[in-house]
Amino acid sequence: MTATAPAPAPAVNATMRHARRARRGVTVRIVVPLVVIGLIVVGAIVVPLVYHYDPLHADLLARLKPPGTVTSDGGTAILGTDQIGSDLFAQIMAGARVSLLVGVATLVISGVVGLALGLLAGHFGGWLDAALMRIADVQLAFPSILLAILVASVLGQGVGNIIIVLSISNWVVFARVARSQVLGLKNREYVEAARALGAGNWHLMFRTLLPGCMAPVIVVATTQFAQVILTEASLSFLGVGVPLGTPSLGSTIYNGTQYLSTAWWISTLPGIVLVILMLAFGILGDALRDKFDPRLRSA
Amino acid sequence: MLGYVIRRLVLAVFVLWGVATAVFAIVRLVPADPALLIAGSDASPEQLATLREKMGLDESIIVQYGKFLGGAMTGDFGDSFQQRVPAMDLIAQVLPNTALLAVLACALALVLSFPLGLLASLRVNGLVDRIVTTGSLFTQALPNFWIGVVLLLVFSRKLKWLPSVGLDSPKNLILPTIVLALPFVSVLTRMIRNGLLEVMGEGYIQTARAKGLLERTVIFPHAIRNAAIPVVTIVGLQFGTLLGGAAVTETVFTFPGIGRLLVLSLQGRDYNVAQACVLVIAAVFVLINLVVDLTYGFLDPRVRLAK
Repeated sequence: MTATAPAPAPAVNATMRHARRARRGVTVRIVVPLVVIGLIVVGAIVVPLVYHYDPLHADLLARLKPPGTVTSDGGTAILGTDQIGSDLFAQIMAGARVSLLVGVATLVISGVVGLALGLLAGHFGGWLDAALMRIADVQLAFPSILLAILVASVLGQGVGNIIIVLSISNWVVFARVARSQVLGLKNREYVEAARALGAGNWHLMFRTLLPGCMAPVIVVATTQFAQVILTEASLSFLGVGVPLGTPSLGSTIYNGTQYLSTAWWISTLPGIVLVILMLAFGILGDALRDKFDPRLRSA
Repeated sequence: MLGYVIRRLVLAVFVLWGVATAVFAIVRLVPADPALLIAGSDASPEQLATLREKMGLDESIIVQYGKFLGGAMTGDFGDSFQQRVPAMDLIAQVLPNTALLAVLACALALVLSFPLGLLASLRVNGLVDRIVTTGSLFTQALPNFWIGVVLLLVFSRKLKWLPSVGLDSPKNLILPTIVLALPFVSVLTRMIRNGLLEVMGEGYIQTARAKGLLERTVIFPHAIRNAAIPVVTIVGLQFGTLLGGAAVTETVFTFPGIGRLLVLSLQGRDYNVAQACVLVIAAVFVLINLVVDLTYGFLDPRVRLAK
């Protein structure tokens, strides 16, 4: 390059380089959490099977053994054993299985219900919109974990009941996002075109508007997934979540609190898995938001 | 301004009514008979019938709902099934403890996040900024009950610096305050950082600099005052999360507060106390947000003129 080169060129190059690096950064932030989540999912499916994990099986000779202990049957309890002598690693992975199951089921139910109600509210407006959004206002104007605790203890313990409870407190978020997205889209020309071509309400809502709602909904779903898993763990920690005998990260952490002085690993290790899971979903959510909707980028 | 106040008041009352109705409906879903819970399983059918009549359980659901709402307005939620004292008395004993905890956590969060947010905003992508950004990602991923358990393990079991349960000395407040403040710090720091960055780009800051004011004077009080306005709202909103989170945190530390009372009463199927707890927390939360919204409209006239 000589001095006669157009002056703005380096600036443009720098901007493009910056943009390219930012894009690559986003990709890394999507791939790495996905790999971590993938590993935990595979572990949650495979490990309890390999270990023949049975939550109700007690082996009192092997109880409260520290990580790395060689058990009587020749295996190594790499993360130690709990208060009834079952392998902590297998238990954590079985707990992660419950957490992931609850998370996925809750997201599917609350996502579908919330999306449908949000579409209805945004598309039709009027009293339906007003009623739904007032319900949403009430729910959002109130710490949702309290209602979750109340509903969970009334319904009784059970994986199905937790999914119901968490779906009740989560549909609002999806409904709000879908509704605001529909309000932004419904006056666009392509929607008007579909309307002019004679599309009915059904077609407009599900074929024309729904695809435009998906990107923000996926972003919200990722962050909500972490929230759902956290709430499930909190409820199980409080004893209103999974029933006795069902391993869950929250209930394992709670069981360990009785043995903090003698067996630190029971409470701390499942928490670390929970933190890794939360971090992965947090980073993934941020990265997806940056990718799909750079305007919302957190500074 | 009057219209704004009235609108906010109506919304607050509506939210409280909604929560009360939801709580009433949920508790009526209980499969167990409350009379049976009080009298015990060995009570005769006659005893149960009198008890039901006394508790108003034989009346139609509409009448029960009306009485419940009327009672809720006067703070009368009936007696505790277990301790045979009015539910509100039990709450009055523990509510000050939770309030103290929440205020301490708020104060700690504010004290930490103002300097952190300020330092982070002074040098975007600088060291402090990176630490703050990464740190807030971490603190948001930390389950509060787990971090509570870990702190208990380290500071009260291993190091034996701090007591672990109850509320016998001010030392008992340290760990729960930290646990409650942590997620709050990260939210607030980000708020303050982003708020300052936004404000620093505005014309009046340029004017202040052009006048030749010291950078220190530009930030205090010029920039910080406008950047602090959204913080008021977030403090109000987060206060609810704090109260909700208190249920879990108080359980970890066996702290005698309203959250633990809620959990204990639910475990004991003491639904009068449980619904009173939920409604009192809701009322406190709604009230604080009402006050926040009103002060917000007062601090920043743009808000009340917007609608």
